[in-house]
Amino acid sequence: MTRKQTRTAIILASLAVLGLAAGLILYAIRDTIVFFYTPSEIAEKAVKPGTRFRLGGLVETGTLKQGENAVYTFAVTDTVAIMAVSYKGQLPDLFREGQGVVAEGVLQGDGSFVADTVLAKHDENYMPKDVADKLREKGVWQDGQKSANP
Amino acid sequence: MIIEIGHFALVLALAVAAYQTIVPQWGAWRNDGPLMASGRVAALLQVLLIGISFVALTHAYLTSDFSVMNVAENSHSDKPLIYKISGVWGNHEGSMLLWVFILAIFGAAVAVFGNNLPATLKARILSVQGSIGLAFLIFLVASSNPFLRLFPAPVEGNGLNPILQDPALAFHPPFLYAGYVGLSIAFSFAVAALIEGRVDAAWARWVRPWTLVSWALLTIGIGMGAWWAYYELGWGGFWFWDPVENASFMPWLVATALLHSAIVVEKRGALKIWTILLSILAFSLSLVGTFLVRSGVLTSVHAFAVDPARGVFILAILAIFIGGSLSLFALRAPSLKAGGLFATVSREGGLVLNNLLLSAACAAVFIGTLYPLALETLTGEKISVGAPYFNLTFGPIFIPLLFLVPLGPMLTWKRADVMASLRRLWWAAAAALALTLVVLALALRGPWLAPLGVALGFWLILGAAAELVQRAGFGSHPLSIAWARLKGLPRSAFGTALAHGGLGLMVIGVIILSLWKEEHIVSIKPGEQIPVAGYTVLFKGIEPLHGPNYDGRLGRFEISKSGALVKEVVSEKRLFRPRGMPTTEVGLLQAFWGDVYVVLGDEGANGTHVVRASFNPMASFIWLGAFVMFLGGLLSLTDRRLRIGVPKRATVAALPQAAE
Repeated sequence: MTRKQTRTAIILASLAVLGLAAGLILYAIRDTIVFFYTPSEIAEKAVKPGTRFRLGGLVETGTLKQGENAVYTFAVTDTVAIMAVSYKGQLPDLFREGQGVVAEGVLQGDGSFVADTVLAKHDENYMPKDVADKLREKGVWQDGQKSANP
Repeated sequence: MIIEIGHFALVLALAVAAYQTIVPQWGAWRNDGPLMASGRVAALLQVLLIGISFVALTHAYLTSDFSVMNVAENSHSDKPLIYKISGVWGNHEGSMLLWVFILAIFGAAVAVFGNNLPATLKARILSVQGSIGLAFLIFLVASSNPFLRLFPAPVEGNGLNPILQDPALAFHPPFLYAGYVGLSIAFSFAVAALIEGRVDAAWARWVRPWTLVSWALLTIGIGMGAWWAYYELGWGGFWFWDPVENASFMPWLVATALLHSAIVVEKRGALKIWTILLSILAFSLSLVGTFLVRSGVLTSVHAFAVDPARGVFILAILAIFIGGSLSLFALRAPSLKAGGLFATVSREGGLVLNNLLLSAACAAVFIGTLYPLALETLTGEKISVGAPYFNLTFGPIFIPLLFLVPLGPMLTWKRADVMASLRRLWWAAAAALALTLVVLALALRGPWLAPLGVALGFWLILGAAAELVQRAGFGSHPLSIAWARLKGLPRSAFGTALAHGGLGLMVIGVIILSLWKEEHIVSIKPGEQIPVAGYTVLFKGIEPLHGPNYDGRLGRFEISKSGALVKEVVSEKRLFRPRGMPTTEVGLLQAFWGDVYVVLGDEGANGTHVVRASFNPMASFIWLGAFVMFLGGLLSLTDRRLRIGVPKRATVAALPQAAE
């Protein structure tokens, strides 16, 4: 086999693998990415029930309740709109009322949100960056703001 | 005073790095022996100076010197001793100091152990290594100086982030950094070779051990990170496709490719240009990883502080080194002479395919990691790319690669016969299939991916064994001769087998844990129990908890199987005093077939507590696999070929089939 033939074979194999990878990546990016919304954007963007997305905002003070069998309910607000969330599982250590939270889950037909993942960061003054950015747009959050409950 | 010495030593190290960048390179151009040789002195001096800085900062942590801003912000006098030491790198500045310290250690190692390198090549390698050190020392001194004083000094420090207060902090970052930074050596070798315009088998033989060291350290570093995430973060997961995890995984993928392509350069003189490119890319991805973790563009457990100036600084370093090396590559690579010929189906061809698939897998991870950042910067749209993306892209690229792993070492150099190679593996394939059927008979459930993954794991392990059996000649030679031949195999053969077999263990662990995990989340009172995967978890009760720098509550659980007590475990909810931050400690029963994982949650009404109990089957195989791969890397490293050089003719003649 000549150098040229080997080179051609390698180039064809590379193109095949690259093509496959590019196809998979494009398909996956269209199908698997999850958008990030605050409660007021869900109405603005007319998000349909059954859509999977990340909901970000502050946990409204006084709304956290522990129900039967470790099902928690709480409300997430961006101070413009509010959304009821239910979640079965253990809340992260840093989950607190009045603090930032990101919940990933599915919007239900009744307008509530069932989360399967709840994130709070590993730092006591944490405000998820996504949430801080969105809240800053809405004028609720100022940089350097510390939590009320350090 | 000690802090000032450390600070001064750091600035001196910067000056030495500048010298090391310029003078040996200049010496190499002029072919001036003494100037080139001074690179060695500079490299040693640099490691000494940065070592002094590091010791000075450690001393400040040990003595809780809160007049040092870095210590005041990240330490506390109540903190146990081990966290005072490991806390040195539990923050941005300290971890960057550790980064340059390890960089300098690697540079000094080349200076000391690189005696058989041609003088000009060695001088150029040290010069490139010095320039990386220079860039990061400027970064340290200008924007991340750990030696800044605070006046007036506070009475008490802020304390270390409680999540980091774990023995794993002492090991995970240093190993991972050593792996990351070790790739700088391959980078320096590649850039030096491009400047020299010469890449030959000897070059590859020098690069390979360094790549092997970095690869082994990265493997164990990532493995320890996964283990830490598993028991500390309390979710029972080990890998989240978090951008920071991906940042360490991408260099690992490329380093793995580099490890394999360097074999081709060494043995056959082919794939030179590609190997040079991989060397550059591996370290570039380490730099990208450093940027992602240290710039604050990501929020994660690893991003200690957010400071845009630092991000811009690291981005500039990134642009200079990646842009510069790739430009040099574009300029010089065409002049490198192509090497040995090989047929498409051959060991070389197999390694090319290995490299293609690893690179494609790395590209998929790269895009998944950076696409959200790029999209947000360009359009403001916020998205998250999670496990579904990676399962859909990384999986289909990586699974065929895993299937091909046992076949590769069976192929012969230059030209191979696939059917003949497969025939040597038939018993491994048959045994893997049989074992898979046994597993399925014992536990038939879950998606189709489960049997595939288990079969794949067995195939990898048995295929690795098959290579040793084949090379020793069991079956074709009498047992005693085959045994003698097995003992005579080069250590790198055992290293390869361990690395491939360890990969198999890990695949089994990952697949089974991901697909067959059993989890129960309930609100229960003390005295009640949770059945989980044949075990019974009895909730004994709650006690108050008082630690050295935390308080909290503690839940006792008895894990029993068919009526017999197996282990009593404790899950804790800690509230750290200095920061008022809560953490959870998991109650863990580790066993061969799987772990019982108990997590105490919030208190509910009527004396109930939320408890999560899960059975994580085969979890230990993941860490075991990583450790075996690490051992394989170390064993390869002790191969006489890498210690002494080319194998002697006599050895090859005595063991005709043992030669690779």
